[in-house]
Amino acid sequence: MPLKSTAPAPDAHRAARPSLDVDRIRRDFPILLREIGGKRIVYLDNPATTQKPRTVIDAIIHFYEHYNANVHRGAYKLAEEATAAYEGAREKTRAFLNAASTEEIIFTRGTTESINLAAYAWGRAYVSAGDEILVTEMEHHSNLVPWQILVKEKQAALKYIPIEDDGTIDLQKAVAGISPKTRLVAITHVSNVLGTVNPVCEIAKAAHSAGAVVLVDGAQSAPHMPVDVRALDCDFFALSGHKMCAPTGIGVLYVRKSVLETMPPFHGGGDMIRQVYRDHATWNDLPWKFEAGTPNIADAIGLGAAIDYLTGIGLDAIREHEIELTRYAIQRLSAVPSVTLYGPRDARLRAGVVSFNVGDIHPHDLATIVDSKLNVAIRAGHHCAQPLMNRLNVPATARAGFYLYNTEADVDSLVEGIVQAKEIFKV
Amino acid sequence: MGLEGLYQEIILDHYKNPRNRGPIENPDIDIFESNPLCGDEIHLQAKLDGQKLTDVRFEGKGCSISIASASMMTEVIRGHSHEHAHKFIDGVRAMMHGEEKMSNEELGDMEALKGVADFPARVKCALLAWTTLEKALNDKLSGGKKVT
Ligand SMILES: Cc1ncc(COP(=O)(O)O)c(C=O)c1O
Repeated sequence: MPLKSTAPAPDAHRAARPSLDVDRIRRDFPILLREIGGKRIVYLDNPATTQKPRTVIDAIIHFYEHYNANVHRGAYKLAEEATAAYEGAREKTRAFLNAASTEEIIFTRGTTESINLAAYAWGRAYVSAGDEILVTEMEHHSNLVPWQILVKEKQAALKYIPIEDDGTIDLQKAVAGISPKTRLVAITHVSNVLGTVNPVCEIAKAAHSAGAVVLVDGAQSAPHMPVDVRALDCDFFALSGHKMCAPTGIGVLYVRKSVLETMPPFHGGGDMIRQVYRDHATWNDLPWKFEAGTPNIADAIGLGAAIDYLTGIGLDAIREHEIELTRYAIQRLSAVPSVTLYGPRDARLRAGVVSFNVGDIHPHDLATIVDSKLNVAIRAGHHCAQPLMNRLNVPATARAGFYLYNTEADVDSLVEGIVQAKEIFKV
Repeated sequence: MGLEGLYQEIILDHYKNPRNRGPIENPDIDIFESNPLCGDEIHLQAKLDGQKLTDVRFEGKGCSISIASASMMTEVIRGHSHEHAHKFIDGVRAMMHGEEKMSNEELGDMEALKGVADFPARVKCALLAWTTLEKALNDKLSGGKKVT
């Protein structure tokens, strides 16, 4: 059963906001009950992947134990049930993103495959020599490398929207980067390093008036805040299930119908065809034209269960909870001498992702120490954003990212771990 | 051994004050390698006199384990032959699996890297300098063969 938001917390300043009953939420996640060396796990690597609630795990087990069958084919009860659940997950995804129609919802393996689908099927048909694709300096490699491959093949050009020193985008500079040659603006909704929430809506408006289409990498936004693809007015929106309580191996590409209708297929094979002749084939209806072969049925159903779980709690409440935690983390971390924080200072301008460095302690060392001492799981490295690391002029950062099950005590453990690392390194 | 075994004084010392850092003029070995997963980088240069590594220097970006390992490596192979270097490469690799191929006396400072074996995620950090050296020596060897 999905949880409802609970009664407001006693302190007055929070009473007006929806707040989460985190103790209760934590009990929904079996892994959070695990202890290592007699200590609880402090899981702060949520931008990489999230933990799974019992309801999601059960939905997958239930599928395999009760109605496992291939979809869209069999004329028997199990196949009907499997098809209904798979297509039901598509409808849940549509509602989650407020897309106009399930025809616009394509299941993929994750954000990376979603963006590659767009680059291959749309990009190869509509980008030609001299065209420009505009990205930002804070993109994840999965929203860079597919475009690098495409522009090389097409002799087009990849252009960058610069980022400011505070980790934000200057909207005027972004708009100035859009030219009549711009075919596509591909931009992350939320940076997986800086946490910055980008003004995608405004950028989409400028892009559309210049005749360009807009792709939004929603890997770090859809799990953490309400997303409305029609309000954003984007043409493509990509997300990964595993970053929002669903299993690995399932993701989504939303494509605006008017754009999708003009696109040739991605993969060829079963399920995506209507008729196959000796020398050619005709295509299935949307969205199945873009889902060749047997799809990842179980994990799509798991994604549906994750969406039920998250919407039951409320994305607004999750967002508020993460803003509170981020504000607390920024406050605690900036009080530790020799900690450098990256990204905007105002927690409202960012999602629950906090990157930092501590003196000359390398982030790998930091991650090893906080894990060994206090079971704190953080990420260290370039976070698949090497151009951004170069822009920040650092080889790597440490990163903590929050989700609905994290608490201020988790932040305290992180800070305690950092203090211990400083002792070891005499910083 | 745990964390105390990993971050020994000697490792931190090599990390904070790496030995043999900086470029070599007209190097005989000049190789750049990186670890694509974590972004650690090493630029290794050496001077050769026949089989002898007369000078070995490095520049690098990375964690304490990778920098300390590179620093110690330059110290132990400098002035020695290819063969000696290969013996160390094998010895350090074995050490990362908890095996002892070399005595503590032979290892010297390198003994401090034994603690890395308890941290599988960090083994690649300790090995970066060594696998880079190994590749450089093998390239040199095959390059030499091509000429003859
Ligand atoms: C902003 C962003 N885009 C894309 C991705 C790629 O997601 P996936 O590895 O699930 O395909 C990630 C995940 O690391 C991300 O943070």
